[in-house]
Amino acid sequence: MEFDPIILARIQFALNISFHILFPTISIGLCWVLMFFRLRFTQTQNIKWEYAYYFWVKIFALTFAIGVVSGIVMSFQFGTNWPGFMEKAGNVAGPLLGYEVLTAFFLEASFLAIMLFGKNRVSNRVHLISTLIVALGTSMSAFWILSLNSWMQTPDGYVMKDGVIHIENWIDIIFNPSFPYRLAHMLIASLLTVSFLIAGVSAWRARSGVHGPGTIKVMKTGVILAAILTPVQIFVGDMHGLNTLEHQPAKIAAIEGIWHTEKGAPLTLFGIPNEEEQRTDYAIKIPKLASLILAHDIDAELKGLNEFENEHPPVAPVFWSFRVMVGIGMLMLAVSWFCAFTIIRKKDFSKFQYTLLSAMTFSGWVAVLAGWYVTEIGRQPYVVYGLLRTSDVVADHAAGTVLTTLIGYIILYAFLLVSYIATLRYMSTKPARSLELLQEKAQDDTEKEL
Amino acid sequence: MEWLPLFFAAAMGFALFMYIILDGYDLGIGMLIPFANDEEKDLMISTIGPFWDANETWIVLGVGIMLMAFPFAHSMVLTSLYLPVAIMLLGLILRGVSFDFRVKAKTDHKKLWNNLFSIGSLIASMAQGWMLGNYVMGLTHSSLSMFFTLAITIMLPVLYIMMGCGWLLYKTEGDVYWKAVRWARIAVLPLGLGLLLISIATPLVSETIAAKWFRLPEAIGLMPIPLASMIAYGAIIGVLSSKSMLNNDKGWIVYVALIAICIMCGIGLGYSLYPDIVIDKLTIWEAASSKDAMQFAFYGTVIAVPCIFAYTIFIYRVFRGKTTELSYESDR
Repeated sequence: MEFDPIILARIQFALNISFHILFPTISIGLCWVLMFFRLRFTQTQNIKWEYAYYFWVKIFALTFAIGVVSGIVMSFQFGTNWPGFMEKAGNVAGPLLGYEVLTAFFLEASFLAIMLFGKNRVSNRVHLISTLIVALGTSMSAFWILSLNSWMQTPDGYVMKDGVIHIENWIDIIFNPSFPYRLAHMLIASLLTVSFLIAGVSAWRARSGVHGPGTIKVMKTGVILAAILTPVQIFVGDMHGLNTLEHQPAKIAAIEGIWHTEKGAPLTLFGIPNEEEQRTDYAIKIPKLASLILAHDIDAELKGLNEFENEHPPVAPVFWSFRVMVGIGMLMLAVSWFCAFTIIRKKDFSKFQYTLLSAMTFSGWVAVLAGWYVTEIGRQPYVVYGLLRTSDVVADHAAGTVLTTLIGYIILYAFLLVSYIATLRYMSTKPARSLELLQEKAQDDTEKEL
Repeated sequence: MEWLPLFFAAAMGFALFMYIILDGYDLGIGMLIPFANDEEKDLMISTIGPFWDANETWIVLGVGIMLMAFPFAHSMVLTSLYLPVAIMLLGLILRGVSFDFRVKAKTDHKKLWNNLFSIGSLIASMAQGWMLGNYVMGLTHSSLSMFFTLAITIMLPVLYIMMGCGWLLYKTEGDVYWKAVRWARIAVLPLGLGLLLISIATPLVSETIAAKWFRLPEAIGLMPIPLASMIAYGAIIGVLSSKSMLNNDKGWIVYVALIAICIMCGIGLGYSLYPDIVIDKLTIWEAASSKDAMQFAFYGTVIAVPCIFAYTIFIYRVFRGKTTELSYESDR
């Protein structure tokens, strides 16, 4: 069988970036949650918060490590697999990636050491500040990488000279039209992923009866955070969609499955996009709703895929990913409000609620991946929207070489993902070794006071 | 602004130098792990616990500066080194995650993670040697250059192992300290022999480099480089063979002397390459990105790199002194 090196290179990059994004998604949000635990402990001196901090900081360290090493792969693959991208868009991409390393990576990697091992070597204040620095570092990292990604979606502030992209205005490049929306959407997505992760793991621990102090507090923190953030995320996501309609109408046409330009376009809830016949089979539609949502006018005209011949993305993956993302968003809303309502009424969770939260542990991952597929596949066939085609920047390695490394990566990533989840499971069901230590310490403290 | 490419070439060289002297010791310790017992393994890994993550970031900075300032070199070098890069990444991933998994996983899985940590360290070190060797050979694939590449592929892990020993001599005491002395005594001769052979071979296999080194009066001005390296090497031998210095905890001199050797090698390599970024193929001016991109990158670099340097020192100060045990706080 002959493999197309372009397809292989794309699969390889998609695999790497999909695997990679799982971990920063957790570390960006988790670090702010850790900051919250640390602050609560400083305020209340309640040992439960400290216990929560040290339980989750270990998971943070593990997540961060996998994020770092899989991120190193990315920084090399721009050169090994997509040399044309660096040659033509390097003037923009290079400095933005460089700033990420300069302003974020070292901060995170250095001060993480204090978070993990520094408690007895530095003052409480320095420890608290170190946690804050790492949180700022992870968010800073998101800032630069999303700025670059958004620029690839909605390029601005550049001039083309001899086929190479040159700088006109850095402010326009960094704060390009889709950047604020994408940044907000991703940061909230990260916090939401973490709220379901901590709620889910804690619910699992509480249900299996091996939990240490603070588990219930952590679970409630996760539920409340999710209940607040999910509606915010739906609102931000809607604004992001309107922004996409303005700048990347072909992506919206693929998301909505609008094949031909029409007025008063219906909203397709489900269906099977049929690219050959240019229609959506078995579609369930709500009349005029797409026009209403996207243009706030039931008779507004929406551009169809027919206007973007050879310039629109493959429809089915974008169409489906979008529905997975929105579906999970709705599920998150239902679950978090259902559980938050129980907390507000000061009742205990039912067995069903524990199971529900445990089942939702990794729901954020699925939604984040689906969302990224919408936006990244939706940008095709371009790598920089409207300027640079993906097929023009790929390296001409032999298909066999790429296939070999691809198989290597698949095996490695599958192994790591299984290990990661297994370790999380092991850590959350292992009877807390430090629990007795903490209780002893608490007892000692009381005795001292007496 | 003609000097900007030169500035970035120097900055990139600095980042990669920092990578070699810092990540070198933790990769070296990774390769030494199989020769220690379980308790010693834990202690050895504890000595690098607070540092390895940031150490590894220096290579990302090196590649990052290349991305910022020399996008053409980035794509030329990395496309041509596709396979060793992929293998190195595999190694770095394995060791990086093993480091974290080994303390959190089930006890009976710990052996697996220890092994993966060692194998990953070895793979990454050898792949880096391969990359370095082939890079010095101007990314060519003649049999001569392949032979030279192979030599560096073997030599770089030896250097890293030696650095690992040096680090252990600085950070530990007791059994591990004396084990490190033993390991260092074994590694020191191959290291010296290898450095000598590579120094002789480099001008022999590359005419461009030979022309730069063997012409007067430069040749005289360059003499301090091999001389200083020899003095540093002599210092290592001196410390390792002096019972009284070792007893008085002067083992850290080994690590410092290795840094000195790395500085000399770095200067020598920089001189051999200049003004090329890929020897005989691409100068730093040809590889440079546009003026605006470089200027923007310049401000960030000038502000951030000193800050990074400062808080790196801060972290090393916080975790200074001998490592006794290092565990997550809540387990204490």
